[in-house]
Amino acid sequence: MSTQTKAIISWIVTFIVMLIITLPGLWVILSGFRPLQEILAKPAIWIPERLTLDNFMNIFGLGDNQIGIPVLAYFRNSIIVSVTSTAIAIIVGISGGYAFARYRFKFKDTLFLGLMLSRTVPGIALSLPVFILWARLGWIDTHFGLILVYVALNVPFTIWLIDGFFRQIPKELGEAAEVDGCTRWQAFWKIEFPLAKSGIASAGIFAFLTSWNEFALASNLTRSTNSKTLPVGLTDFIAQFTTDWAGMSAMAFIIIVPALILTFLVQKHLIAGLTFGGVKG
Amino acid sequence: MTEVSLQQVVKNYGQLEVVHSIDLEIKDSEFVVLVGPSGCGKSTTLRMIAGLEEISGGTIKIGDRIVNDLPPRDRNISMVFQNYALYPHMTVRDNLGFGLKIAKLPESEIGRRVDEAAEILGLGLYMDRLPAALSGGQRQRVAMGRAIVRKPDVFLFDEPLSNLDAKLRGQMRTEIKKLHKRVNNTIVYVTHDQVEAMTLADRIVIMRDGHIEQVGTPLDVFDNPANIFVASFIGSPPMNQLDGKVVGDEKSGLQIALADNIQIPVPTRAQKSVTKGQAIIVGIRPDDLTPVGHGMMDAGETVSFDLTVSISEPLGTETILFSSIGAKEVQGKMLNPRPIEGDERFTFNLSLDRVHLFDAESGMNVLGDQNG
Repeated sequence: MSTQTKAIISWIVTFIVMLIITLPGLWVILSGFRPLQEILAKPAIWIPERLTLDNFMNIFGLGDNQIGIPVLAYFRNSIIVSVTSTAIAIIVGISGGYAFARYRFKFKDTLFLGLMLSRTVPGIALSLPVFILWARLGWIDTHFGLILVYVALNVPFTIWLIDGFFRQIPKELGEAAEVDGCTRWQAFWKIEFPLAKSGIASAGIFAFLTSWNEFALASNLTRSTNSKTLPVGLTDFIAQFTTDWAGMSAMAFIIIVPALILTFLVQKHLIAGLTFGGVKG
Repeated sequence: MTEVSLQQVVKNYGQLEVVHSIDLEIKDSEFVVLVGPSGCGKSTTLRMIAGLEEISGGTIKIGDRIVNDLPPRDRNISMVFQNYALYPHMTVRDNLGFGLKIAKLPESEIGRRVDEAAEILGLGLYMDRLPAALSGGQRQRVAMGRAIVRKPDVFLFDEPLSNLDAKLRGQMRTEIKKLHKRVNNTIVYVTHDQVEAMTLADRIVIMRDGHIEQVGTPLDVFDNPANIFVASFIGSPPMNQLDGKVVGDEKSGLQIALADNIQIPVPTRAQKSVTKGQAIIVGIRPDDLTPVGHGMMDAGETVSFDLTVSISEPLGTETILFSSIGAKEVQGKMLNPRPIEGDERFTFNLSLDRVHLFDAESGMNVLGDQNG
């Protein structure tokens, strides 16, 4: 087989795989812009004949044929919960990761193992215990309750990831900074933190997407517009006898967009290997 | 005036004591080299002076101040690390100026000092590059530049040349020496390379297993090694060590019997320091064991014996000759060399004035440590 045929075959295979992965997503997004009749038409209409913003108008309560859904409240809840829990997970992750990478302390290995083991428990297995606990504590249907759960889910991962990045930075860099006149804190902040930025950004995206997309636990722990997040809000479109697929798709689009934007924004920080060149050749 | 003084400094890691109560006085603007095999505690000692390792006991003074509990930034030192530790996300200029910026010096002053350091080290063309875009030698220069811009009281060097190739190492060695002449600071320099130690130091500190074995000028430690370890560590090729025994009597003068029925007289200066029957290790530098007609002019009192040379290594100005006495390999030197083919028997002159005698049991020089 010539190199050219190989290249063509691998291109085709890649294309097919990508198609399988992206098509459902594209279909959802497309459906968000199509009238319900067209989505449900049999035989299926593959190529949209008419694109419309009616679905979006409707879910925001601006249309004329449907009651609105409190999308703005859900959006606000999602933002509050995701941003706060991500910020906390990152701060804890940086402190914890740095401590694991740089300091020696008692039970360090056991502690690290414990953190990693906690990741092996599937989130859904926690739903009942967490629900009972939260119910007793009065944290059901609060931002705080949800944030706490997401922080707990994300912290082991952020610590693990950030620890790895700090480990790659030679400890002499921090020491050199200290000799150069920095306090321990300045050495961290001016030298080691900037070098671990890409790792911190990756951990941040991961934590944000986990909280942003999480459905199972949120559906248990939220009740009303007080704390319902966007993924849980999607179920509002399922009525006893009907499902408003068009509205649901439109809302799915609203959920996807911020995550996509964020990923693109942070992407340039995800380039690892910035530490190269600081130490010996 | 910046002396550095270590008094009974100890370092423990948990139960393990790695530096055992060392004392060292470093004078103002002196270039002191700590040398020893890996794991001897020399880097730990340097890091304790820097404040990067806490001391477990004793006192460290820089100038008049006890710095035991001061963080590195308050010690007014600068350090060049083995792996340079340049900040990878900063240009050369920012690397050089970082310490001054932290010290909140005015921009103009920072610029002036950075340019001055760049000038001294020839870094002018690379100021806007990142460390990744520099060669090993250039990185080394930046690391040194970062140390000098801050005008510290004391420079600390931790094996700064060990990542460079042999040629560059020689060059940088000269540059460090020049730098010391120019800035005239107190320098503490750690290396495992005895050549670096000999060429750079005003005084050498030889360490082993967390102890200081000897302190002295390069010629001191070369000519009067305190013990067999120092003798074998300093000098290249290494000193020959032959097992011997003191024989003879007071009248005819004491002799040392070596293997293969070779006997050499005990040098006059050591006559009173050995006793009959004492087991001795005779230390002979290859330079002092030379074939007749191929030695130094001022060999002094000599003794001669024949040896068969099995291997020779011509180096141009001299040839290293390999022979053996008993089971021990012996190296000699032939100055003004001539070609040697196959095994050849030579009469060797041994310069008695330069023979070193060590007590076989203790390993100490029988003359004692002449530097006190």
